[in-house]
Amino acid sequence: MDTNLALVLVLAPFLGFLINVFFGKSLGKTVSGIIGTASVVVSFLVTLFFFNQITQTQKAIQVTLFDWIQISNFSINLGFLLDQLSVLWLLFVTGIGSLIHIYSISYMHDDENMHKFFSYLNLFVFFMITLVIGSNLLVLFIGWEGVGLCSYLLIGFWYKNQDYNDAAKKAFIMNRIGDLGLLIGMFIIGSMFSTLDYSTLQTAVAAAKEASTLNLPLLGIAALCLFIGACGKSAQIPLYTWLPDAMAGPTPVSALIHAATMVTAGIFMITRLNFVFDLAPEVQNIIAIVGAITSLVAATIGLVQTDIKKVLAYSTVSQLGLMFLALGLGAYEVAVFHVITHAFFKACLFLGSGSVIHGLHGEQDMRKMGGLRKAMPITFWTMLVSSLAISGVPFFSGFFSKDEILLTAFHGSIPLYVIGSVASIMTAFYMFRLMFLTFFKDFRGTEEQKHHLHESDGLITFPLMILAVLATFGGLISLPGNSWLNSYLAPLFAEASGEAHHLGATEYALMGVAVVGGLLGIFIAYIKYFKQDNVPEADENITGIAKVLYNKYYVDEFYDAVFVRSVNAISRFFRDYVETSLSALVFGLGKVTNEIGYQGKKLQSGSIGLYLFAFVLGLCAIVSYIFLAQ
Amino acid sequence: MNVSLILIILLIGAFATYFVGDKLASKVALFFSLAALGCSLVLLSHFNAGENISLINAWITQPKISFALNADGLAISMLLLTVALTPIIIFSSFGNEYKNAKGFYALILFMAFAMTGTFLAADGLLYYIFWELALIPIYFIALIWGNGDVDERRKAVVKFFIYTLAGSLFMLTAFIYLYTKAGSFLIEDLYKVDLSATEQLWIFLAFFLAYAIKIPIIPFHTWQANVYQKAPTVGTMLLSGIMLKMGLYSVIRWQLPIAPLAAKEYMNIFIALGIAGVIYGSIVALRQKDLKKLLAYSSLAHVGLIAAGSYTLTIDGLRGAVLQMIAHGFVVVGLFFAAEIIFRRFETREIAQLGGIRIQSPKFTSMFLILVLASVALPSTFNFVGEFTVLYSLSQINIWFAILGGTTIILGAYYMLKMFQGVMLGETNSKTFADVSVNEGISLVVIIAVLLFFGFYPKPITDLITPSLETILNVISKN
Repeated sequence: MDTNLALVLVLAPFLGFLINVFFGKSLGKTVSGIIGTASVVVSFLVTLFFFNQITQTQKAIQVTLFDWIQISNFSINLGFLLDQLSVLWLLFVTGIGSLIHIYSISYMHDDENMHKFFSYLNLFVFFMITLVIGSNLLVLFIGWEGVGLCSYLLIGFWYKNQDYNDAAKKAFIMNRIGDLGLLIGMFIIGSMFSTLDYSTLQTAVAAAKEASTLNLPLLGIAALCLFIGACGKSAQIPLYTWLPDAMAGPTPVSALIHAATMVTAGIFMITRLNFVFDLAPEVQNIIAIVGAITSLVAATIGLVQTDIKKVLAYSTVSQLGLMFLALGLGAYEVAVFHVITHAFFKACLFLGSGSVIHGLHGEQDMRKMGGLRKAMPITFWTMLVSSLAISGVPFFSGFFSKDEILLTAFHGSIPLYVIGSVASIMTAFYMFRLMFLTFFKDFRGTEEQKHHLHESDGLITFPLMILAVLATFGGLISLPGNSWLNSYLAPLFAEASGEAHHLGATEYALMGVAVVGGLLGIFIAYIKYFKQDNVPEADENITGIAKVLYNKYYVDEFYDAVFVRSVNAISRFFRDYVETSLSALVFGLGKVTNEIGYQGKKLQSGSIGLYLFAFVLGLCAIVSYIFLAQ
Repeated sequence: MNVSLILIILLIGAFATYFVGDKLASKVALFFSLAALGCSLVLLSHFNAGENISLINAWITQPKISFALNADGLAISMLLLTVALTPIIIFSSFGNEYKNAKGFYALILFMAFAMTGTFLAADGLLYYIFWELALIPIYFIALIWGNGDVDERRKAVVKFFIYTLAGSLFMLTAFIYLYTKAGSFLIEDLYKVDLSATEQLWIFLAFFLAYAIKIPIIPFHTWQANVYQKAPTVGTMLLSGIMLKMGLYSVIRWQLPIAPLAAKEYMNIFIALGIAGVIYGSIVALRQKDLKKLLAYSSLAHVGLIAAGSYTLTIDGLRGAVLQMIAHGFVVVGLFFAAEIIFRRFETREIAQLGGIRIQSPKFTSMFLILVLASVALPSTFNFVGEFTVLYSLSQINIWFAILGGTTIILGAYYMLKMFQGVMLGETNSKTFADVSVNEGISLVVIIAVLLFFGFYPKPITDLITPSLETILNVISKN
């Protein structure tokens, strides 16, 4: 029963993918969209069933299908593990996935390749489910690379534009750098414990720790390698530059893949292997520091971006950084909490921005927006709620989760707390900068656009409203002092690492600081973009620090100069010099042989005199040798 | 029933193809190649039922040479690779017109015959004869039916012929030396010969020269790219899909167990050489202008990894290597066929002149993309199984081997996606791209089905090859 249901859960989106690939075009746009959506909804319903079962029985469900890869000291199954963590992840993957599918039916309706869009989206959900549900690291890896593939396909969905194709390719290759790290981490773990299966691994690690036979430095290296993998997928420094470029894809893709689900895979994997990371405190420190720095760097870049999706993209990188900060401090359940609330409000923000872009027929530059509040009230209100949530305004979901992270950071390391807090203030600022520039004051676009301004239809606003509700109340799942989430996830973690923070004076003070910080960010944005009615300068007028920020610290240019160009230069050198000289060397050997033959040929001249002469000479030599030798 | 049946079918097929004349040649060749495939599958079922399908006949008494065909799991897997790819390769050529078709198709079958013999032979001299025999048909195929400037082609093909022949002569010398020690060419006698470490080193190196040129391992690869480019696509497929596996297979079958001391002593050097090929091939592939040449260098990178896996002398390394040999055989044939499909329509393989195909033929694009993804070893394709296992075995020898060899997953994605973008994506090409024909589609779908099926369920092949690989490892560890 469980096996069959788990298969339905995984395969329903895959079936949707197949139907849309083979018959999508003939079925027509609406049917194709409905099939795509229905297949994800089925998965969502099955997930609800499992969720219900797990909250009641507290027991993980392990499903083994068949042997997949055979290694000398162990074999790897194709199997599933449905426990608290995976079911929780599946809930929002399939839940938000369903909403975004519904949204896409309307959003993509004008695209001639809509069936293809839905087939890719279904394929993505299939791989994402595989990633989450796999019972060992290698099944996770199928999903891991599979979602990377779908990301590649969807970023480059409008494939006629080679810039978009470049962005897609960049995402895939950068992810693969991380994937190599993940592979190496798997190799080390596999050779240390002879398994890649999560539950067996947990037992093996515990046993080795008990017997003090654990090679901690090696385990640390494995953890570091796994973290490199997480950096690629979850866009952390130094592998984050693909995510902003990934905004080339259609907006529902940005919401689903590049905000709510795929980019959280790194956090999922680290949470899954918390028992490994707990034994590698140095790596945890690295994770915390990388996370904090990423959150700050991305936030600073977000301050000056003018493309509405780019702002949200950098905001995503920044929020992911905060999650890694929590992971590094060992507060896994806090990171998971923020993953969930972030999925709600960021998906809502992206879909809202999509609604705006849709309304403006493809315009993404906030300098050409403004005053949309009246024309698009639902989009405005849902985005406003989500902006309040991400800014950490009290009682919206983001307030609780972000506060938990900062609280944990405060207890772990003051500098990290300060960095996280500064990033949070910046977040509040740029989010409201976005809101003011987009929705307030007068419209700055063309008359033509102004004439056509309208609220998007129900298929677009319905998901927005659901997500806005979730973004508002999502925090209830983990209230300070009384956290449902913590007790739900408790079986996963060895020790109650995040024993509910006592709400003492310090905690209230910190909460106050965070709230004031958030409000301060909003207030500055209000002064600058509402009161003073500033609009960001045209590209060529941006100077000073703003220019550095606007150009993302020139990191792309740096990577390009140092890595891409040097590899290509080496390639050209190999092609033009090494290859030709190696080839010449082989021909040279041939020529030497030829030359010897040619010189030899001269001896065979056919002149009897010469032969006789040689013969006599040889005879004399032999005779004299015989006589002289005796 | 024994495996000589396959050889007989292929040989008769070659003659029959030649005698039915140009019109029917291609169909007769396809028929015989399919017959060989069918019989091989029957033989496989006999083998799995525990029946002995090997054959040993005395052939020449003085010197003692036997007509010995040994069909263990390893040899059968290679046999299956050959007889499965041959009909695909023949069928893929149905869209082309060849002058003197009877000669062309007869040579293909003859080559399949010689390669099958190489994989099955269990007698050193017989093996050597098959090995050299396989060179003759490909020489003519590339020379007569190849493309591009005649003089340049001749230069490339003759270089290839002489170069591989020269390498093989060292192997022959090694065999003769072994015969003086063992008094027999039979492989099991050669396994038992007691050789000093120095003797083993010389034997090992002599074998290495033959194999390194055939596989090819850098820096012995210079014949490859030009021949792949100049040969007709059928020839390129035969070379890259099957023939280079002769070298890799021979490393496992002959070189390692006959000279195990040398293999153990100098393991790291040869692994490093293989990995150097991975990196070098990938980097050179980045800036190739010709599609076939790019694929040639990508092949160089892949076989480098396979060779490195073989030289680890571990069960994971050998098993991964064999799995990857089979997977690579299919994917590379598919990719070269895709290049041919493009060439049939655009009459060029210059990447700069391609592009804009996706908009015209989404079906072909999807299939091409799957092949590209298999080539970069996306999990759930067959190539991932092999690559993962090989990289794991390398990590057990030295983690740096795995890291350096693993750069293939980054660089491979780079050059393949760059190629994909250049060839398929972008605005519409000014030339029209007619959608793939049914015949073309069938070949591609079969290849893709194989790659995906074994990507999830490699067990039948793993179970087939593992016992014989363990036997070979036992021979290696005993000496």
